[in-house]
Amino acid sequence: MLEVRDLTKSFDGFVAVSRVSFDVPKHSVSAIIGPNGAGKTTLFNLITGHLRCDTGRVVLNGRDVTGVPPHDLCRMGVGRSFQRTNIFAKLTVYENVQAAFVSHRGRGWNAFTPVRDLYRDETLRLLESLRLADRAGEVAGFLSHGAQKQLELGLALALEPDILLLDEPTAGMSASETRETIQLIDRLARERGLTLLFTEHDMEVVFSIAQKITVLHQGRVIADGSPAAVRADGGHVGAPHDDW
Amino acid sequence: MRRVPWAPLVVVAALLVPAVGSRFYTFLANDVIIWALFATSLNLLVGYTGLVSFGHAAYFGIGAYTTGILMKKLGVPFLLAFPAAGVLAGAFALLFGLFCVRLTRIYFAMLTLAFAQIVWAICFKWNEVTGGEQGMPEVPYPDLAWMGALPLVRDLRTSDHFYLVTVVLVALCLWILHRVVRSPFGRMLTTIRENAERAEFIGVHVRRYELAAFVLAGAFAGLAGGLFGIFNRGVFPDFAYWTKSSEVLIMTLLGGMGTFYGPSVGALALILLNQQIVSYTEYWPFVLGTILVVLLFGFPGGLGGALELLGRRLWRPRRA
Repeated sequence: MLEVRDLTKSFDGFVAVSRVSFDVPKHSVSAIIGPNGAGKTTLFNLITGHLRCDTGRVVLNGRDVTGVPPHDLCRMGVGRSFQRTNIFAKLTVYENVQAAFVSHRGRGWNAFTPVRDLYRDETLRLLESLRLADRAGEVAGFLSHGAQKQLELGLALALEPDILLLDEPTAGMSASETRETIQLIDRLARERGLTLLFTEHDMEVVFSIAQKITVLHQGRVIADGSPAAVRADGGHVGAPHDDW
Repeated sequence: MRRVPWAPLVVVAALLVPAVGSRFYTFLANDVIIWALFATSLNLLVGYTGLVSFGHAAYFGIGAYTTGILMKKLGVPFLLAFPAAGVLAGAFALLFGLFCVRLTRIYFAMLTLAFAQIVWAICFKWNEVTGGEQGMPEVPYPDLAWMGALPLVRDLRTSDHFYLVTVVLVALCLWILHRVVRSPFGRMLTTIRENAERAEFIGVHVRRYELAAFVLAGAFAGLAGGLFGIFNRGVFPDFAYWTKSSEVLIMTLLGGMGTFYGPSVGALALILLNQQIVSYTEYWPFVLGTILVVLLFGFPGGLGGALELLGRRLWRPRRA
């Protein structure tokens, strides 16, 4: 599904990501873990075209998508959520998700008909599955942190992605919110047959749902494989700690 | 609660001004209405797309010169010279916008200002075409003899006839702009304002949308300029000067960029304030500045936002 080959990126001489390679098989749930500053978010930004890599390739379904800008990449079936919650804060919940539908289905250049009821049913159905339907009219910026993260997931899902990249989907959440969110993501991924790639600091979460784990340390891959293999390997390279 | 049809009411009221008010009030209303269009066009950028332009007067000036030159020097009828103002201003907005939308925030603002100053300098120096420093006085009124055949308005002055034409044209332009901001395209612009990075990742080609908004805003500013040159009985280089850009920006902020009609309220407020204060004191910029500071702090949403709040307070008891 997604192949990353020898990605390297440095900022002013500091090598943030160094010759990183890994694969994300179709319909798998894969995780990238590593301590703060390991280069996880930079790696995400390279994959999604936010940053330009120095060397290396990103291949999506056999197509080289290295350096394809985000607005094109998300038409190729890549959805993404951000570590710091990234929504349209002053629009309502409904307007947030609706905007994603409008954009993705190429209606954004229509400048003369009212937008209000466009993709109304699709939007409400998606909000329903995120359990946000009864809050559709609320201003998104006033939602709780957890609900905002779920809304952001909705923005990504409206693009009907094949692969979903989630950067710290449970960052800043309480234990119960974390559990709920992970269940939600797991359910949605199953229902929609999604491939998931996520970064996460909570090891319990990672080992509970990931089928494949890539460990990143100081910009390098130090372990890559099934949770059991990574756990076993951990003894040599420094085990994944809970405080990551 | 039934919705009050404000827009048609305001248009009808505006059309009645020459019949009930003096010549002076018609003049004032004409000024306000043209600036309302100018300010609303700017708000498409500032309020809806989140792009602060310091050089919007460039397109106002280009529109004014286009209509002025076509009508005065080439004898082109108003029916062609007016849309030409929008087309040419839009074309220049496309050219300048290609560079401007590559930058963000303050750099975007400075570049719009730089282009506007170039436009101003050309208007100021190109004597053969623009009349240079002296400008181009005596732009003729459009041929509105046909209005003499209409009932009710038959006995009005030519300036009043032109005023009525202005009301209708501006109302039409504002109606179009209102449709635009309520459209899917308008929604895409607000996502850019709210969060350009995220907008990019729901598939919005941010620069291209920004450029489209820039061109639309420029075109409507050009139309406002075309009307203003005729209303002003002449076109002068200071139409494109930075003070005009700041004036229209102040109107937009004062009226509130959060609502569609806010900038129009701002245009009305600023022009009336100016008029009133000038008649009391020669220190009017000082008084005006003080009032603006108080208004901006007192009503962060501008006058439009304040009106909306007031409206909500007034209606609530009836609903309960």
